[in-house]
Amino acid sequence: MAKAHVYNRDHINTDEIIPARYLNTDDEAELARHCLEDLDKDFISKVSEGDVIVAGEDFGCGSSREHAVWAIRGAKVQTVIAKSFARIFYRNAINCGFYLIESAEALEKIKDGDEVEINYKAGVIRNKTTGIDINFKALPDFALEIIEDGGLLEHIVKGM
Amino acid sequence: MGMTITEKILAKAAGRESVKAGELVDADIDVVMCHDVTTPPAISMLVEKRIDKVFDREKIIVTPDHFQPAKDIKSAELHKRLDEWAKRHEIKYYYKLGRAGVCHALLPEQGHIRPGEVIVGGDSHTCTYGAFAAFSTGIGSTDLAAAIATGKLWFKIPASIKLVLNGSLGPGVYSKDVILAIIARIGTDGALYQAMEFVGPALGEMSAEARMTMTNMTIEAGAKNGIIGFDDVTKQYLDEHLTDKKDYTVYKSDSDAEYAAVEQFDCSAIEPMVALPHLPSGGVPISECAGKEMDQAYIGSCTNGRIEDLRIAAKILEGKEVAIRTLIVPATPTIWKQAKDESLFDIFYAAGCVIAAPTCGACLGGFMGVLAAGEKCISTTNRNFVGRMGHPKSEVYLASPATATASAIEGKLTDPRKYV
Repeated sequence: MAKAHVYNRDHINTDEIIPARYLNTDDEAELARHCLEDLDKDFISKVSEGDVIVAGEDFGCGSSREHAVWAIRGAKVQTVIAKSFARIFYRNAINCGFYLIESAEALEKIKDGDEVEINYKAGVIRNKTTGIDINFKALPDFALEIIEDGGLLEHIVKGM
Repeated sequence: MGMTITEKILAKAAGRESVKAGELVDADIDVVMCHDVTTPPAISMLVEKRIDKVFDREKIIVTPDHFQPAKDIKSAELHKRLDEWAKRHEIKYYYKLGRAGVCHALLPEQGHIRPGEVIVGGDSHTCTYGAFAAFSTGIGSTDLAAAIATGKLWFKIPASIKLVLNGSLGPGVYSKDVILAIIARIGTDGALYQAMEFVGPALGEMSAEARMTMTNMTIEAGAKNGIIGFDDVTKQYLDEHLTDKKDYTVYKSDSDAEYAAVEQFDCSAIEPMVALPHLPSGGVPISECAGKEMDQAYIGSCTNGRIEDLRIAAKILEGKEVAIRTLIVPATPTIWKQAKDESLFDIFYAAGCVIAAPTCGACLGGFMGVLAAGEKCISTTNRNFVGRMGHPKSEVYLASPATATASAIEGKLTDPRKYV
């Protein structure tokens, strides 16, 4: 069961996703323990494997730290659904093979704690709590290729 | 249809006659900047994928800066990984402790930034180098690993927005105030995925250092890169700083190049600005926030830790004392020595400031001036996000070195124009 953790906020930045005081490590499990700590210190005790984060515009703005993606992935979150993403965070996620969903409607149609199911191929988020379907546009082909290979480096190695 | 300077540089790097905004290209990288936070994970990835190589040992510039000198055992381990890798690959430009400095001040100063080149770095403020008519952008660790191993990266050609800086800056008003005013107008995602190209007569009054303060903060508007065309100011800086490789190519935007937007700014009307917590877009004129009590002042960082900034602070501080904790953090060893040789340290000492070693330090809440719950800091840095300089309940107010210094003297947000 994938539960939605909804943060009705724009500009959730990399310092909130993983504060710089924890950047002295790149251990994913350790980063995960501090995921979203300065935004919601209870997040890590609430989140379960496969859950999703839902947020507003410009998610991931700020630093280039890929640690932000690793902290979220390390917390076993399956995807982030936001109105829009900051550029470097978006690129980092693709490069890590981590899927992101851009959706203008999700924030209105998904409430905190709702159960969701995502069909990435069809581009549909089903809110199982309300029965509402939300369509989204899939990532561009080049990004999908990178994600399908497991990330940018795997993609590069494959082409060598 | 003509091309912008950003399009021309990326077209050249991709081996193309021309490119258009929105196109995807594979571009050759001229310089890769590596520091102590994002590079060690990139090294681990390369080792794990069995592609532990460097595309060109002379095109990778390495300096620890975020947590240097090592602030704790974990950061010492990061430095050790960086050091072993740099030595293993015989990186030519590896700046160790004693020569290491805040990367975005260090690279131009040491002559690693040339017009027309493509520069990437594992740090979001890599956009700083666009002040020298180069394309420069921040990347994460996976991109960094790819750039280190292959010397190439994929790019989507960004659309450009043109920022026309008209008029002339008044006394006590600096490039920091201009960029805070710009971000206050367009927002933290006002230039998302785009290039911010600065033009206009006010640029002519700004030194290369002052220009770097503006390009440095283009990421705070979401931009992919910030860029300023080549002129006499650029040339003079490069003549003084380029050493090993002195040739470069100058590109200029065509008169019929396409822009997604054109924004006009009257710099004569800009007051000293303060970005209130918790976004860099929170800029208001000092007249709207003066009097708010502060606990600390921080003068340093890749935004405003250069010699010109320290001179501005010293001039205001001469013969005065600070009312709150005040940290002066010269961004590089060369700046540190310049400030010492010019006797600025004497002024800072007499005023009651502490002078730190070059480091990113407290700008990102690392060390050397971290804030407690409820504390407020007037800072010359670039971000005032929640928890940026310490406790999640602390507050950061962004301003120019002059405003930070005036505020340090009075212990509250203060208009610097009464001191200059």
